[in-house]
Amino acid sequence: MSTTKIIIAGFGGQGILFTGKLMTYQGLLDGKYVSWLPSYGPEVRGGTCNCSVIISDEPIGSPIIDNPDIVIAMNRPSLDKYEPRVAKGGKLFVESSLIDRKAERTDITVYYVPATEIANENGDNRLGNMVMHGKVLSVTDAISFDNVRQAIEKVISARHRDLLDINMKILAAGYSGGQAAASRFA
Amino acid sequence: MIVFQKPHALTDVPFHYCPGCTHGIIHRLVAEAIDKLGVEGRTVGVASVGCSVMSYDYFNCDMVEAAHGRAPAVATGIKRALPENIVFTYQGDGDLAAIGTAETVHAAARGENITIIFVNNAIYGMTGGQMAPTSLPGQITQTSPYGRDVKTQGYPVKVCELLSGLDGPTYLERVSVDSPQAVKNAGRAILKAFTNQVEGKGFSLVEVLSTCPTNWGMTPVESLEWCRENMIPYYPLGVYRDKFAENGGGEK
Amino acid sequence: MSEKVLMKGNEAIAEAAIRSGCRYYLGYPITPQTEVAAYMAKKMPKIGGVFMQAESEISAVNMVYGVAATGKRCMTSSSSPGISLKCEGLSYLAACDLPSVVVNVQRGGPGLGGIQPSQSDYFQATKGSGHGDFRMIVLAPSSVQEMADLTSLAFDLADKYRMTSMVLADGTIGQMMEPVELKDDMHETHYDKPWACTGTKMEREHNIINSLILKPEILEQLNLDRYEKYKVVEENEPRYEEFMMEDADICIVAFGIASRVSKSAIVEARKQGIKVGLIRPITLWPFPEEPIRIAADKVKSFISVELSMGQLIYDVKLASQCKKPVYLCSRVGGMITSPDYVLKKIIEVNNLGGASV
Repeated sequence: MSTTKIIIAGFGGQGILFTGKLMTYQGLLDGKYVSWLPSYGPEVRGGTCNCSVIISDEPIGSPIIDNPDIVIAMNRPSLDKYEPRVAKGGKLFVESSLIDRKAERTDITVYYVPATEIANENGDNRLGNMVMHGKVLSVTDAISFDNVRQAIEKVISARHRDLLDINMKILAAGYSGGQAAASRFA
Repeated sequence: MIVFQKPHALTDVPFHYCPGCTHGIIHRLVAEAIDKLGVEGRTVGVASVGCSVMSYDYFNCDMVEAAHGRAPAVATGIKRALPENIVFTYQGDGDLAAIGTAETVHAAARGENITIIFVNNAIYGMTGGQMAPTSLPGQITQTSPYGRDVKTQGYPVKVCELLSGLDGPTYLERVSVDSPQAVKNAGRAILKAFTNQVEGKGFSLVEVLSTCPTNWGMTPVESLEWCRENMIPYYPLGVYRDKFAENGGGEK
Repeated sequence: MSEKVLMKGNEAIAEAAIRSGCRYYLGYPITPQTEVAAYMAKKMPKIGGVFMQAESEISAVNMVYGVAATGKRCMTSSSSPGISLKCEGLSYLAACDLPSVVVNVQRGGPGLGGIQPSQSDYFQATKGSGHGDFRMIVLAPSSVQEMADLTSLAFDLADKYRMTSMVLADGTIGQMMEPVELKDDMHETHYDKPWACTGTKMEREHNIINSLILKPEILEQLNLDRYEKYKVVEENEPRYEEFMMEDADICIVAFGIASRVSKSAIVEARKQGIKVGLIRPITLWPFPEEPIRIAADKVKSFISVELSMGQLIYDVKLASQCKKPVYLCSRVGGMITSPDYVLKKIIEVNNLGGASV
């Protein structure tokens, strides 16, 4: 029995809520219990934004997370806010092309991913979130890789359907750029 | 041979109105219109708050009593649920032009296919003669005991003029019931307001200048004269909007 | 049953309403419930329904009053400040015994307050949602699935008892996404409505829907009759969930999002050997008094976990007849209790061992 608690945080427009939904859908397709809780407020592009995702083998109590197992920090304020809250032994993903400091914690695993840079190299600098997503999939068992395309099809809006392939491509770039990635593509 | 009888659309319940009040005449005109169009069986009326609150007892059609000022919203709900039915409201000046201003303006702006009978007697009757949104400048009421002072109490709301600034309404007309000829003319306007709805033409409102002998402190005859001499000059009679008029829908 | 889909709580309310036969939605935008209106605006025109954006919450509830008078299933939704405006209409709906469904996705108050989640409209919903003596059935979903199921139930109970049913949610449950399974047709029972104003067709006496009763002896009798009906509701309709209550020393009472957070805290507390359980009212009115009365003879203390300054706690004290101390654990203003926060309170109360403070 396991439960994975994830917080994804950054600026509005970085695909924070999308990535959260995608993970949630993947959990659902895996037959797990899932919840997705967004921050909400005045909808301003560039404002701060986060969401909490829980994927579990058991019914989910609180959708509100005190100590996440995984944090994806897509900007500096998010790193400052959530680094202290990562559960001991948890994983912290830092958007290193946008964040100018290193993590301070030593009791967690930290991954520095120049997500926006990698996305840019692969054709769309808006899709740093997909790089991160790929990276997360490469280092955790909480979410399977196999259903990610199916999940993207569920989450992506009709008018962005043409972006499905580029999303998959950039996700794969994030995945293969991760540690111990290659074998899982097989 | 019967030459005169109560319209079928009125019940046998005796009116509670004060002697000389013109609500009775206007009720009759509404009932006559319903009879003429043969729509009683599919009409739902909305009563409002004011002297005419108990009109739900007087009209033979189904009746819904609305909260103060909300009749156009209630009528909107009914009409949207029953588009084939005929839905009208019967409202006084406090109800329609003070507390219910937003509901009135927005039902008109939507061009809601309903009929509104607006009875303007320039005073709050039911609560005992307070200043209405339509009380005239200088008019003495319980809450304007020194006469309505426009500097502090503002100017009357001219509903037909106000609504004629909107694109939504189909038909706006102001009439009076101060003489047999005027009553006949008012009957024509009210029939037209109902006919418009039957024909799906949209929002129709007839403002009827009325009297309140009790709260004006006058005899019924004096009241009719006061209406003629004071109200009609301030609230000119006539058609303010008629989208389907033959001359192309001229505005006053 | 169709497949499980991920939906926001607010969307689940809207979809369940449609599947329960609601074809009339009349509302006004306000955060954090606007998704209900947006969903209805998109769906209703495609299925021959009516979506109306009214000029105000007051107008919206009166449009509901108009539709309800015709006997059709209808609903409105809003958030706290908007519900205050609808209270006039709620009183009239109750006075005319009109079935309707009203959703409140609560936010922090008073006044304009904030837009983050809250439960501080508990008193308003259960005790005083307008002038005069009346009640509403109040249903408190704690998951997105319950947003759907309780909305459907709300329509059924509204028709059954000719009352307003309120779905009392909060910003968290409204905004969060969870898997939902919806039946295609959730409109289970159809009720005859001979009282409806749909036109006499010249075949019957006219129906009158009215709340003006000037004779006090008649108005009193109508109130007495209505409260006889409420008594039946109180007997038949209380709903609740018990969680780990079998051996509990401490009983948490919480609804909606606060109950979800409490469950997580309870699981953690149990790991530390503290015997704590939960009674979750699903109906806030009628309030599930019986399980709390029974628990009062077994547990050492109660904790009312709520996102308000101590509103639910009054009903816990009444239902438990103050046999055991009742402690308050609350966050307000749009702040939410976290599992840690509740756990701390559980430990604190456990250390007191049931002694009164």
